[in-house]
Amino acid sequence: MSTLLACDDLSMRFGGVVALNQLSLSVNEGEILGLIGPNGSGKTTFFNVITGIYQASEGRVDYRGLDLARMSAQEIYRAGVTRTFQRSRLCLPLSIFDNLMIGNHRRLNHGLWFNLVRRAAFRAQFEEQYAQALALVRTFSESLGERLFEAAGSVNMIDRRRIEICRALISEPTLLLLDEPSAGMTHEETRELMDDILIVREHMPGLAVIIIEHEMNVIERITDRCIVLNYGQKICEGPYAEVAADRQVQEAYLGTE
Amino acid sequence: MKRFFQAQSAFPALASMAAVTVFCGLFLHAESQTAVMGLTIGAVVALFLLARAGWNALAAASFAGHGRSAHTAVLLGVLLIAAAFYDQHFPLLMLASVLLYVVVCLGLNLQFGYAGVVNFAGAAFFGIGCYTSAVLAGHTPLPHALVVVAGGLMAAGIGSLLILPVLRTHGHYAALITIAFGILFRVFLEVNDTLGGPQGMKVPGMEILGWKLNDNLQFGDVELSFYVNYVVLSLALLAVAFMLVRRLERSWIGLNLDAVRLDEIACAAFGINVARWKIAAFTLGNFLAGMAGSIYAMMTGFVAPNSFTFGDSLILVSIVILGGIGNPWGLAVATAIVLILPEKLQFIQEYRLLLYAALVILILLFKPDGLLPRQVRNYLPGWKPRPRGESPARSAKAVQ
Repeated sequence: MSTLLACDDLSMRFGGVVALNQLSLSVNEGEILGLIGPNGSGKTTFFNVITGIYQASEGRVDYRGLDLARMSAQEIYRAGVTRTFQRSRLCLPLSIFDNLMIGNHRRLNHGLWFNLVRRAAFRAQFEEQYAQALALVRTFSESLGERLFEAAGSVNMIDRRRIEICRALISEPTLLLLDEPSAGMTHEETRELMDDILIVREHMPGLAVIIIEHEMNVIERITDRCIVLNYGQKICEGPYAEVAADRQVQEAYLGTE
Repeated sequence: MKRFFQAQSAFPALASMAAVTVFCGLFLHAESQTAVMGLTIGAVVALFLLARAGWNALAAASFAGHGRSAHTAVLLGVLLIAAAFYDQHFPLLMLASVLLYVVVCLGLNLQFGYAGVVNFAGAAFFGIGCYTSAVLAGHTPLPHALVVVAGGLMAAGIGSLLILPVLRTHGHYAALITIAFGILFRVFLEVNDTLGGPQGMKVPGMEILGWKLNDNLQFGDVELSFYVNYVVLSLALLAVAFMLVRRLERSWIGLNLDAVRLDEIACAAFGINVARWKIAAFTLGNFLAGMAGSIYAMMTGFVAPNSFTFGDSLILVSIVILGGIGNPWGLAVATAIVLILPEKLQFIQEYRLLLYAALVILILLFKPDGLLPRQVRNYLPGWKPRPRGESPARSAKAVQ
């Protein structure tokens, strides 16, 4: 399987704080990669760097011949990298459909003439997008499909997470970054959500996923490979069972005696 | 009989419109303070009782379902009121002013109701339009229809000076910048002798293709006040501006503006160009304010710096908050209340700003979303998702 994303000596410094320290890692096409590590080990910073929210201090992020470390967030999105956020960033007063369409930005026509005057063409695009949004949401939850025109703030936590993941998926990305999807949810809800992610993966075989997670049974269940970060450095890499048995990893999580 | 009282029928909307028209007519007609007070209190009580009886919700649903006939009814209502006061200058002047102020507030609504760009210099942009009229209509042969467009362009153009600082600041800081601009504008007018200084300038009446708007109209024995011309013109401008704002809101552009207001980080992550949409909303909003201003100046025949104070900008902002941020209909209602009520209640004249402040505080306390809160976006009025089972191939295009 070919490499989709490869980081080379990626560093991110905030003043004197080194959040990422010469990190090198790669993700293959269609792979689910788990990114784990204690709090403050640089996992979310890594996401922020490869999605263009932070500009890397040093290093390259090679993705289909592009260097993500030198691109703006908008360009990275258009190149097919989308994400969810650790703390929900939905627009709660807007409808669920609106939130999905925010994620669908690159496939919508934003021309003034199209939107204001050519209402028949707008209607056609709207109906097409509605059908797709409905189909996508229904793979996650049947009942959510009937509430597309209700405010996103009116649904519960797990449905909000689902909407966030749908928002990241609707533009058909090639790389999806999930930042702690289980945060704030019960075990049961987390399990449901992971089932959803596995279903999505069946539908989109080329999709690569990087998932940051603290729930180890989630990591065990859905990842093909794991990378452990500590103080912005990679300390271990391999299948979950191997990583979990690693002495360095245990020390990073539990401390030394 | 019963079918008239259902949400599917156009009757509740049209009946409400008729009642509102009659009420506005009576209110503009009322002279004595007791009559005005009586009408005000009567309206509040009636609205409260009707809301309890479920009529307001019914009328709103009916209004949404019969957009076209309801909009026509509103236009007719305004024209009817104008016809009822055909020979009285003052009520017609007030009516035209309300219509023009709604246009300004629609512009402000684009700016901070949708895109979240605060603008506490609304009166200044309105004033730029006024002064453009004074200079261009008074001292150049430019056709007056173009002067109105130039007023809008001038406001948008001068507003672009503010784009950079507004883009680089947020919240309170952005508000401070626009406040500073508003004050700067007024001081500039006061010290500038070419623009008349504190005394201001005279503005000639409007003339479009030989149609002199400042001449009274003569139909046989009946003489119409020249303000009828301005009511018709302002209504036309308002109708166009309203349709523009409505369509913008009900499109992907409206969605982008909302997204920019609500979460800039999420916008960046999904390719929405925050700066681009902020600039678009700010410029278009100022353009609308400028156009309204240039008509207003030609209607009143006079401009002076004192009409464009920070207080006036605050009133504009309070109208938008009062009406229901993001809802164009709410703006129309709020503008009418805020402009007409103090004119009619002479004894509160001195306390006008106090009234606004109290009203805004009360609304924010008890109805934080405004008089007519904004609803979830409805892209295509009348469009409904297909009921379940009818949708073509449920998961065919699921996630390709």
